Amino acid sequence: MNEAAQRIWHPIASSTDLPFRHTYHGQLLGREFAVWRADDGYVNVWENRCLHRGVRLSIGINDGTELKCQYHGWRYANRTAGCTYIPAHPADAPARTICNQTYPAIERYGLIWSAEAPVGELAYIEVLSGSAVFPLRGIAVNAPAKLVMQKLVTYQFQPSGQIKGQTATSQLLSSSDDSCHLAATDGAHSTTAVFFVQPVDAGRSVIRGVLAETPADDLKRPVLYHHNQLLTALREQVEQEFSTLPQPAPFAPVIAPPSAPTLPDIDFDSPSPRGRSAPLRVQVSKKWMTALDIAAFDLVSITGQLPTYQPGAHIDVHMPNGLIRQYSLTNGPGETDKYTIAVKREAASGGGSLCMHGQVREGDVLAISEPRNNFPLRRDAIQTVFVAGGIGITPLLAMSRTLHHSGLPQTLHYFTQSRDHIAFPEILGTMAATVQHHLNLSPEETAGQLRGILESYKPAMHLYVCGPGPMLEATRKIADDLGWPEPAVHFEYFKNTNEIDDSSQFEINLARSAMTLQVAAGKTILETLRENGIELPSSCEQGACGTCVVDILEGEPEHHDVFLSDGEKQSGKRLMTCVSRAKSNRLVLDI
Amino acid sequence: MTLHPKISRCADPQLVNDWHSVADMATLATKRIHQTRLLGVPVRLEVHTNRQPTAQRMDLGIAIDSVEKYGFLWLCLGTPQRPPPEIPEARETDRHCVTGGSIALNVSGLRTVENFLDMGHFPFIHTDWLGVEPHTEVPPYKVEITAENEVLATECTFFQPVASPTAKGGFMVEYVYRILRPYTVCLYKSNPVQTSRMDSIYLFVQPVDEENCVAHPFLCYLKDGIDAPTVRWFMQLIFAQDKPILENQLPKRLPLDPRAETPIRADASSICYRRWLRDQNISYGAIPSAI
Repeated sequence: MNEAAQRIWHPIASSTDLPFRHTYHGQLLGREFAVWRADDGYVNVWENRCLHRGVRLSIGINDGTELKCQYHGWRYANRTAGCTYIPAHPADAPARTICNQTYPAIERYGLIWSAEAPVGELAYIEVLSGSAVFPLRGIAVNAPAKLVMQKLVTYQFQPSGQIKGQTATSQLLSSSDDSCHLAATDGAHSTTAVFFVQPVDAGRSVIRGVLAETPADDLKRPVLYHHNQLLTALREQVEQEFSTLPQPAPFAPVIAPPSAPTLPDIDFDSPSPRGRSAPLRVQVSKKWMTALDIAAFDLVSITGQLPTYQPGAHIDVHMPNGLIRQYSLTNGPGETDKYTIAVKREAASGGGSLCMHGQVREGDVLAISEPRNNFPLRRDAIQTVFVAGGIGITPLLAMSRTLHHSGLPQTLHYFTQSRDHIAFPEILGTMAATVQHHLNLSPEETAGQLRGILESYKPAMHLYVCGPGPMLEATRKIADDLGWPEPAVHFEYFKNTNEIDDSSQFEINLARSAMTLQVAAGKTILETLRENGIELPSSCEQGACGTCVVDILEGEPEHHDVFLSDGEKQSGKRLMTCVSRAKSNRLVLDI
Repeated sequence: MTLHPKISRCADPQLVNDWHSVADMATLATKRIHQTRLLGVPVRLEVHTNRQPTAQRMDLGIAIDSVEKYGFLWLCLGTPQRPPPEIPEARETDRHCVTGGSIALNVSGLRTVENFLDMGHFPFIHTDWLGVEPHTEVPPYKVEITAENEVLATECTFFQPVASPTAKGGFMVEYVYRILRPYTVCLYKSNPVQTSRMDSIYLFVQPVDEENCVAHPFLCYLKDGIDAPTVRWFMQLIFAQDKPILENQLPKRLPLDPRAETPIRADASSICYRRWLRDQNISYGAIPSAI
């Protein structure tokens, strides 16, 4: 019955209802909203329910970038409403499909407007086109919008310039089902007002008035007082009348089930898009040299809202020259209006960094994949240690910014050649107390520093490392020597420099697809699958990023990747289809 | 007395013909008339001079079965098929076996049972008592449906800063959760003093109607190092922290469709509970599943 009304934009809150880091409970046609403004100014209007157990998000915590549910601490990102963290499973990246229902929001005339299924744009109102509109206080009425509207068209008030007078006449300029334009005139003074009625529920409304002109400073309070008094009287009259009428049943809005993975696949590793697809189109809105030889790129969407990312996530960038490269997102939490990546110019480039540095310019359009997170950040550490070498700062910057925003204990150790090589100094400067720079050290000096940094391991500490291969190897070795257990050491390589011997031949048995395939010498498992019509998600295709991982049910793998830890490799439970091979004649894979 | 349109009478025979705790006997003054509701039905209670209770359905004006057990008054609206739950540790003399203060909640009793099974909320709702950030991980545990048709979750562990009134400092606490009947749940928790024995807390949930319940806790704590008032105080503190969250769950009834909400591995016991309810066709206080 509300379908027509659901298509119409209505005010659901006043701008002043959304002060710093507040969460507001809004309602329209029976549907509840959690309404909150992020620190970047964006107004979020969401279904008022955590996807997990249905707790109202309007009692959640607005931390300026994300909304955190009170019940289990699930976090949802600004703009996308995608879940970024599930504290009960700190080691896992939540599936991208766990995303709350969002509704459009427009802030205009001092009001927040939304609609369940709006048709068309929110129309501009001519009399409110000036910059000096003056919103009145919202007046909640326990009566249906229609009844309120019937009274509102006869509303009599004084023009702001003659607020103490009593002889004004009000004229109805126009009216519709949910708004009316009135003009009050008293002598030479005249004020135009527009009143909107927000249908909260079947028997509840809010009157939201806006004057076309802001009164002089000394008249603001008398004008607000005047309207408050008159609208309160109107409210009492309407409520009195409504109490004699049959009371309508409250609206029962349908809450759509979440699009999240359903039983029995409640695991986090929900399928990513197949293959190396690049469904997103982004424009380079800004390109700048953030450090010597390091170019940074802001990428904004030209195909709708960018998907949710978590710290540690990377995207595939499909370059104009046909190459595909992986870059970590450096964004802080809730920075969902753009992706920011950084590319180091490599002398021995295979063409990727040269293309990004030389060819790609501001305004260019690139195809990118959705973000994938194979390097998730735990947020349950008593102390997190980040070790970044050079361009390895990129995923760790996103992680460190996340912990910094939540005030979680951490130190970011950043090893660079010189001050000029420090990327994103302006961001690092905002969290100076957590950043330690290590400049121009030899490998031996670096090792010495690392021994100092890693000397006092305690349970529930976690280490994240990203940087050039030799430094990463050294860090892992030192951590191991100093008693860091393998599960507390998290790493990401830029690339796999292992020599891969692909001369073996073996059989793969696909348990779920009931297929047997032969992997020939010189072919990878991934290629063999693809040739037989089975598209696994993949990204770097050189054994570094972890996207194409599959579970092994039977057989002994031969690992060539740099993604799995030594313990994981020994356990023989997973392999990377892009590089791993078999020691046994046959592997049974969970595909 | 009229019923709210959304609140129907119970059509689940298993619930109508079962016992439900409706009051802590200590709160029922002798020779006074008390009123409550059970499964949407208004009931009149009376405790006579010999402390014997009687009860009557006010809608039909007929007497119904009542019995006192564990310090609570139990009623059955229909024909009882079995006695109230059996609690062996209630007979152990080295335990405080006390009622924990009944708490009314404006939410389905099934949601209240599910919350009782849930460890993931400890650091957020029972901060500094049953959990504390950043220790938020719910380690894997086992869930099964036993031969007695109960849901049993074992090997549950969670880091708690103050695991019980006698606990000093934090440690990994071990729990066992057991759902005896649709509206009856209990937990066993490692005792901080006698580490080989467990304290137990039973929750007898009174389904007042589909969207209201009263939680009646029954506590069996080892007496070592703790007095009965402290046991009760701790329970009331914990429950008062849960109440505002439970009353902000939408919808108020428990959805049994697995797609209605988003379970994670930590919710294995609640997934099992919802499925177990669905398989027994329990609909009172639930939103039945289409599949």
